[in-house]
Formats: sequence, C-alpha cells, structure tokens
Amino acid sequence: MIKILVLDDDFDAGAEIANLSALGGGAVASFVGQVRGDGELDALELEHYPAMTKKALRKIAERADKQWPLHGVTIVHRVGRLKVGEQIVLACTCSDHRQAAIEACSFIMDQLKTVAPFWKKEIKQDGSESWVEERQSDIDAAQSWND
Amino acid sequence: MTYQINIVYFSWVKERLGRDQETIVCPASVETIGDLVVHLKASDSVYQQVFSDLKKLRFALDQDFVGLEASLGDSGELAIFPPVTGG
Repeated sequence: MIKILVLDDDFDAGAEIANLSALGGGAVASFVGQVRGDGELDALELEHYPAMTKKALRKIAERADKQWPLHGVTIVHRVGRLKVGEQIVLACTCSDHRQAAIEACSFIMDQLKTVAPFWKKEIKQDGSESWVEERQSDIDAAQSWND
Repeated sequence: MTYQINIVYFSWVKERLGRDQETIVCPASVETIGDLVVHLKASDSVYQQVFSDLKKLRFALDQDFVGLEASLGDSGELAIFPPVTGG
C-alpha cells in the first residue's frame, strides 16, 4: 500500500505511523523532518510543482517497494510557509524485517532530496530571503543507492 | 511551420524571469530542449541572464525529468527550474 500526501497544513505523524503499522509485519521505520532553527532563520517557504509532485513521490515509493519487501509506504510532504520547528516531511515504511524497513526509509529520504520537485526558500528574521542550493552530499547520498 | 510549447517556471527561475508560465511559438527547427533554450536566449536578454549557466537548470517534460537532449515532440508541458531541495 502506497500513501502519498502533499499538504499545506500540519499532519499527525503518530497517526500516519499507526495506520501503516496496522498493516502488520512487525517492523516499522519512520523519519520526520522539521525546519531546523539554526542561525537567523524564521521560516522556510516550500514551493512545489503541483502537477508533478505526487507523481514524483509515488515513483520514489514504488522504487522502494520494488527494492525491499514492504507492506506499505507513506510519504507526507508539506508545502507553503513553515516556521522553525514545524514538521516538513514524514517517510514511513512497514516490513517483516527491521533492515528492510530502515533501509527503505533512508532510501526514500535520500531520493526526496534529489528527484522530488520541491524548492526551499529561507526567510531570515531580518526579512531577507534566499533560495536553498542543492548540496553535493545530498546528490552523493542519493546516488549511492545505485552503486 | 511553427508549433507551440507551454513552459512553466519555478523557484528563482520564475522570479528572475518575472513569470510563472508562458506559451512559446517555436520554429520547426527547434527540436530539443537545448534548441529551445538557444532560441529563447537569442530572442530576449532576460533569457540570456537566467539561462546563462545550464548546469544550474533542470528540466521536466510532461512531469518527468529529462535532459537538454530530450525531444520536445508532442509534449504538453515543459518545466524549467533549479535543482530541487526538498526533504
């Protein structure tokens, strides 16, 4: 079972994890990403490509499902203006085996950084704005799953 | 012969061009995304500025990532944007 959500509003990570756990299997892995409050950051503005976003997220989930024996995958990603500390993303996987669940969850997060059409803009406390640039470490991490 | 292609822009590409979408009329000689970029850069200096470093641009045709060599063919929508930064 693959569940993809793209939301303006906050989400209940616990409820999403519980829903996936209910599929059985006994091994559930999850990652929740939040807006990191380093330096002068006030908020992130997350732009996306609405016509492409769900398609891209589903492709990532399907790749994970193909590569590992999973009962289910849930990916939730928020868009719009998010304050420091708010949840941005949830990746959750359910399997019979711990390693499969953890690896698939990590794979999904690495892919999210490189093939899902989201762009982050940082909004500082002084009002200045700047687009976040891609990081080589993210590209390398996503690529490493192909090696 | 000419044909039309719808283009959508995101992030700083959208901001620097000052528009989020447009329809471009292309001569038949424009076959690939690379051809289209060359065509646009020749048509207006704003494209020269925004598309000056192609390494900083990514492309999607009908919502799938493609490279500059991709043929525009019968595509409905081309998207041009910087590398993604989600997650």
